Amino acid sequence: MIFSLAVYSAPYSSQASYSAYRFTVALLNQGHTLHRIFFYQDGVHNGTSLATPPQDEFNLQNAWQNLAKHYQLDLVVCISAALRRGVLNDGEAKRYNKTSYNLAQEFTISGLGQLIEAAAVSDRLISFGY
Amino acid sequence: MPKKILLISRSAPYGRSTAREALDVALAASVYDQDISILFMDDGVFQLLKNQHSELIAQKNIASILPALPLYDIDNIYIHQESLDERAIVFDDLILNDMKPLNNKDVGHLLQQQDQLLSF
Repeated sequence: MIFSLAVYSAPYSSQASYSAYRFTVALLNQGHTLHRIFFYQDGVHNGTSLATPPQDEFNLQNAWQNLAKHYQLDLVVCISAALRRGVLNDGEAKRYNKTSYNLAQEFTISGLGQLIEAAAVSDRLISFGY
Repeated sequence: MPKKILLISRSAPYGRSTAREALDVALAASVYDQDISILFMDDGVFQLLKNQHSELIAQKNIASILPALPLYDIDNIYIHQESLDERAIVFDDLILNDMKPLNNKDVGHLLQQQDQLLSF
Protein backbone atom coordinates (compact mmCIF):
# COMPACT_ATOMS: atom_id res chain seq x y z
CA MET A 1 0.00 0.00 0.00
CA ILE A 2 1.21 3.53 -0.74
CA PHE A 3 1.26 5.84 2.27
CA SER A 4 1.92 9.54 2.72
CA LEU A 5 2.17 11.37 6.03
CA ALA A 6 1.32 14.94 6.99
CA VAL A 7 2.97 16.28 10.16
CA TYR A 8 1.46 19.43 11.66
CA SER A 9 3.05 19.77 15.12
CA ALA A 10 6.50 20.81 16.29
CA PRO A 11 8.86 18.11 17.53
CA TYR A 12 9.41 17.83 21.28
CA SER A 13 6.49 20.17 22.26
CA SER A 14 4.07 17.48 21.20
CA GLN A 15 4.39 13.75 20.68
CA ALA A 16 2.86 13.96 17.20
CA SER A 17 6.15 14.13 15.27
CA TYR A 18 7.64 11.23 17.21
CA SER A 19 4.48 9.20 16.59
CA ALA A 20 4.84 10.01 12.89
CA TYR A 21 8.41 8.73 13.03
CA ARG A 22 7.36 5.51 14.76
CA PHE A 23 4.55 5.04 12.24
CA THR A 24 7.02 5.55 9.37
CA VAL A 25 9.40 2.92 10.75
CA ALA A 26 6.51 0.49 11.22
CA LEU A 27 5.10 0.89 7.73
CA LEU A 28 8.51 0.57 6.09
CA ASN A 29 9.25 -2.56 8.16
CA GLN A 30 6.00 -4.06 6.91
CA GLY A 31 7.04 -3.51 3.31
CA HIS A 32 4.68 -0.66 2.45
CA THR A 33 5.69 2.22 0.21
CA LEU A 34 6.09 5.71 1.63
CA HIS A 35 5.47 8.30 -1.06
CA ARG A 36 6.20 11.41 0.97
CA ILE A 37 6.22 13.00 4.41
CA PHE A 38 4.92 16.56 4.24
CA PHE A 39 5.72 18.88 7.13
CA TYR A 40 3.22 21.72 7.50
CA GLN A 41 2.30 24.34 10.12
CA ASP A 42 4.54 23.90 13.20
CA GLY A 43 5.67 20.57 11.75
CA VAL A 44 8.25 22.49 9.69
CA HIS A 45 10.41 22.66 12.82
CA ASN A 46 11.22 19.00 12.22
CA GLY A 47 13.43 20.30 9.41
CA THR A 48 15.77 22.49 11.42
CA SER A 49 19.37 21.35 11.70
CA LEU A 50 19.89 23.47 14.83
CA ALA A 51 17.78 21.49 17.31
CA THR A 52 20.14 20.30 20.04
CA PRO A 53 18.41 18.10 22.60
CA PRO A 54 20.46 16.78 25.57
CA GLN A 55 22.58 13.75 24.69
CA ASP A 56 20.48 11.35 26.77
CA GLU A 57 17.27 12.30 24.94
CA PHE A 58 15.95 11.08 21.60
CA ASN A 59 17.11 13.28 18.73
CA LEU A 60 14.17 13.25 16.34
CA GLN A 61 15.77 15.48 13.70
CA ASN A 62 18.75 13.11 13.44
CA ALA A 63 16.41 10.13 13.38
CA TRP A 64 14.50 11.57 10.41
CA GLN A 65 17.75 12.18 8.57
CA ASN A 66 19.07 8.66 9.18
CA LEU A 67 15.78 7.13 8.10
CA ALA A 68 15.62 9.30 4.98
CA LYS A 69 19.16 8.34 4.02
CA HIS A 70 18.51 4.65 4.50
CA TYR A 71 15.18 4.51 2.64
CA GLN A 72 15.57 7.49 0.27
CA LEU A 73 12.53 9.18 1.80
CA ASP A 74 10.97 12.33 0.38
CA LEU A 75 10.86 14.68 3.39
CA VAL A 76 9.23 17.93 2.27
CA VAL A 77 8.89 21.07 4.35
CA CYS A 78 6.18 23.51 3.22
CA ILE A 79 7.85 26.66 1.95
CA SER A 80 5.25 29.21 3.09
CA ALA A 81 4.98 27.69 6.58
CA ALA A 82 8.76 27.33 6.85
CA LEU A 83 9.67 30.87 5.79
CA ARG A 84 7.21 32.32 8.31
CA ARG A 85 8.78 30.21 11.08
CA GLY A 86 12.43 30.75 10.19
CA VAL A 87 13.27 27.42 8.57
CA LEU A 88 15.24 28.22 5.42
CA ASN A 89 17.44 26.39 2.97
CA ASP A 90 20.52 27.92 1.34
CA GLY A 91 18.62 29.23 -1.67
CA GLU A 92 15.84 30.91 0.31
CA ALA A 93 18.37 32.42 2.74
CA LYS A 94 20.21 34.01 -0.18
CA ARG A 95 16.97 35.19 -1.78
CA TYR A 96 15.93 37.02 1.40
CA ASN A 97 19.44 38.21 2.31
CA LYS A 98 19.67 36.15 5.48
CA THR A 99 23.08 35.48 7.01
CA SER A 100 22.49 31.76 7.50
CA TYR A 101 20.22 28.85 6.70
CA ASN A 102 19.15 25.94 8.85
CA LEU A 103 17.30 23.33 6.80
CA ALA A 104 18.71 19.91 7.65
CA GLN A 105 20.17 17.65 4.98
CA GLU A 106 17.69 15.10 3.57
CA PHE A 107 14.85 17.66 3.83
CA THR A 108 13.65 19.70 0.86
CA ILE A 109 11.53 22.83 0.74
CA SER A 110 8.57 22.87 -1.62
CA GLY A 111 5.03 24.13 -2.05
CA LEU A 112 1.70 23.06 -0.59
CA GLY A 113 0.90 21.33 -3.85
CA GLN A 114 3.15 18.51 -2.67
CA LEU A 115 0.61 17.76 0.07
CA ILE A 116 -2.25 17.61 -2.42
CA GLU A 117 -0.21 15.52 -4.86
CA ALA A 118 0.59 13.13 -2.00
CA ALA A 119 -3.12 12.85 -1.16
CA ALA A 120 -3.90 12.20 -4.81
CA VAL A 121 -1.38 9.41 -5.45
CA SER A 122 -1.39 7.67 -2.05
CA ASP A 123 -3.81 5.01 -0.86
CA ARG A 124 -3.66 6.49 2.63
CA LEU A 125 -2.75 9.96 3.89
CA ILE A 126 -2.13 9.87 7.63
CA SER A 127 -2.07 13.12 9.62
CA PHE A 128 -0.14 13.70 12.83
CA GLY A 129 -0.73 16.67 15.14
CA TYR A 130 -2.95 19.67 14.58
CA MET B 1 -8.78 9.31 -11.70
CA PRO B 2 -9.36 12.34 -9.46
CA LYS B 3 -9.71 11.64 -5.76
CA LYS B 4 -12.35 13.01 -3.48
CA ILE B 5 -10.51 15.10 -0.91
CA LEU B 6 -12.36 16.80 1.94
CA LEU B 7 -10.76 19.62 3.88
CA ILE B 8 -12.30 20.05 7.32
CA SER B 9 -11.73 23.47 8.84
CA ARG B 10 -12.50 23.39 12.56
CA SER B 11 -10.47 26.27 13.98
CA ALA B 12 -11.43 29.84 14.84
CA PRO B 13 -10.13 32.40 12.32
CA TYR B 14 -7.62 34.08 14.62
CA GLY B 15 -5.59 33.17 17.70
CA ARG B 16 -3.83 30.37 15.89
CA SER B 17 -2.62 30.17 12.29
CA THR B 18 -4.53 26.92 11.73
CA ALA B 19 -7.54 28.40 9.93
CA ARG B 20 -5.38 30.50 7.63
CA GLU B 21 -3.10 27.58 6.78
CA ALA B 22 -6.11 25.33 6.13
CA LEU B 23 -7.37 27.88 3.65
CA ASP B 24 -3.96 27.97 1.96
CA VAL B 25 -4.26 24.21 1.41
CA ALA B 26 -7.67 24.68 -0.21
CA LEU B 27 -6.34 27.34 -2.58
CA ALA B 28 -3.25 25.27 -3.47
CA ALA B 29 -5.37 22.22 -4.17
CA SER B 30 -7.17 23.78 -7.11
CA VAL B 31 -4.40 23.22 -9.66
CA TYR B 32 -4.26 19.46 -9.08
CA ASP B 33 -7.57 18.53 -10.73
CA GLN B 34 -8.89 16.66 -7.72
CA ASP B 35 -12.45 16.71 -6.41
CA ILE B 36 -11.99 19.12 -3.49
CA SER B 37 -14.65 19.94 -0.91
CA ILE B 38 -14.44 21.98 2.26
CA LEU B 39 -16.45 21.60 5.46
CA PHE B 40 -16.59 24.26 8.16
CA MET B 41 -17.45 22.90 11.58
CA ASP B 42 -16.85 23.49 15.30
CA ASP B 43 -15.11 26.86 15.83
CA GLY B 44 -14.34 26.89 12.10
CA VAL B 45 -17.77 28.40 11.49
CA PHE B 46 -16.53 31.65 13.08
CA GLN B 47 -14.33 32.14 9.98
CA LEU B 48 -17.46 32.88 7.98
CA LEU B 49 -18.81 35.73 10.10
CA LYS B 50 -19.35 39.09 8.43
CA ASN B 51 -17.73 42.26 9.76
CA GLN B 52 -14.36 40.91 10.80
CA HIS B 53 -11.82 43.61 11.63
CA SER B 54 -8.66 41.57 11.69
CA GLU B 55 -6.53 44.59 10.76
CA LEU B 56 -6.81 45.63 14.42
CA ILE B 57 -4.67 42.62 15.33
CA ALA B 58 -2.37 42.89 12.28
CA GLN B 59 -3.89 39.85 10.57
CA LYS B 60 -5.24 39.33 7.08
CA ASN B 61 -9.02 39.08 6.94
CA ILE B 62 -9.96 35.44 6.42
CA ALA B 63 -13.55 36.26 5.50
CA SER B 64 -12.30 38.34 2.56
CA ILE B 65 -10.54 35.29 1.08
CA LEU B 66 -13.41 32.82 1.49
CA PRO B 67 -15.60 34.18 -1.33
CA ALA B 68 -12.77 33.25 -3.71
CA LEU B 69 -13.14 29.52 -3.00
CA PRO B 70 -15.50 28.86 -5.95
CA LEU B 71 -13.00 30.60 -8.25
CA TYR B 72 -10.46 28.00 -7.15
CA ASP B 73 -12.71 25.17 -8.32
CA ILE B 74 -13.89 24.32 -4.83
CA ASP B 75 -17.55 23.91 -5.62
CA ASN B 76 -18.71 21.96 -2.61
CA ILE B 77 -18.65 24.17 0.45
CA TYR B 78 -20.40 22.64 3.44
CA ILE B 79 -21.23 24.02 6.85
CA HIS B 80 -22.15 22.03 9.94
CA GLN B 81 -25.56 23.11 11.17
CA GLU B 82 -25.13 21.95 14.79
CA SER B 83 -21.92 23.98 15.05
CA LEU B 84 -23.86 27.08 13.97
CA ASP B 85 -26.71 26.33 16.38
CA GLU B 86 -24.37 25.81 19.34
CA ARG B 87 -22.84 29.23 18.68
CA ALA B 88 -26.15 31.01 18.00
CA ILE B 89 -25.03 31.89 14.48
CA VAL B 90 -27.65 32.14 11.74
CA PHE B 91 -27.10 31.99 7.97
CA ASP B 92 -27.63 35.76 7.63
CA ASP B 93 -24.53 36.32 9.79
CA LEU B 94 -22.34 34.53 7.23
CA ILE B 95 -20.32 35.94 4.36
CA LEU B 96 -21.16 33.04 2.02
CA ASN B 97 -24.77 32.15 1.42
CA ASP B 98 -24.52 29.29 -1.05
CA MET B 99 -23.06 26.76 1.37
CA LYS B 100 -24.76 23.46 1.93
CA PRO B 101 -25.77 22.95 5.58
CA LEU B 102 -25.15 19.45 6.94
CA ASN B 103 -26.38 17.89 10.17
CA ASN B 104 -24.39 15.32 12.15
CA LYS B 105 -25.73 12.43 10.12
CA ASP B 106 -24.98 14.18 6.80
CA VAL B 107 -21.40 14.83 7.93
CA GLY B 108 -20.90 11.15 8.63
CA HIS B 109 -22.21 10.34 5.19
CA LEU B 110 -19.96 12.98 3.57
CA LEU B 111 -16.84 11.61 5.30
CA GLN B 112 -17.64 8.11 4.08
CA GLN B 113 -17.67 9.28 0.47
CA GLN B 114 -14.15 10.71 0.60
CA ASP B 115 -10.84 9.16 -0.46
CA GLN B 116 -8.75 11.47 1.74
CA LEU B 117 -9.44 13.78 4.66
CA LEU B 118 -7.41 16.82 5.67
CA SER B 119 -8.55 18.13 9.04
CA PHE B 120 -7.34 21.42 10.44
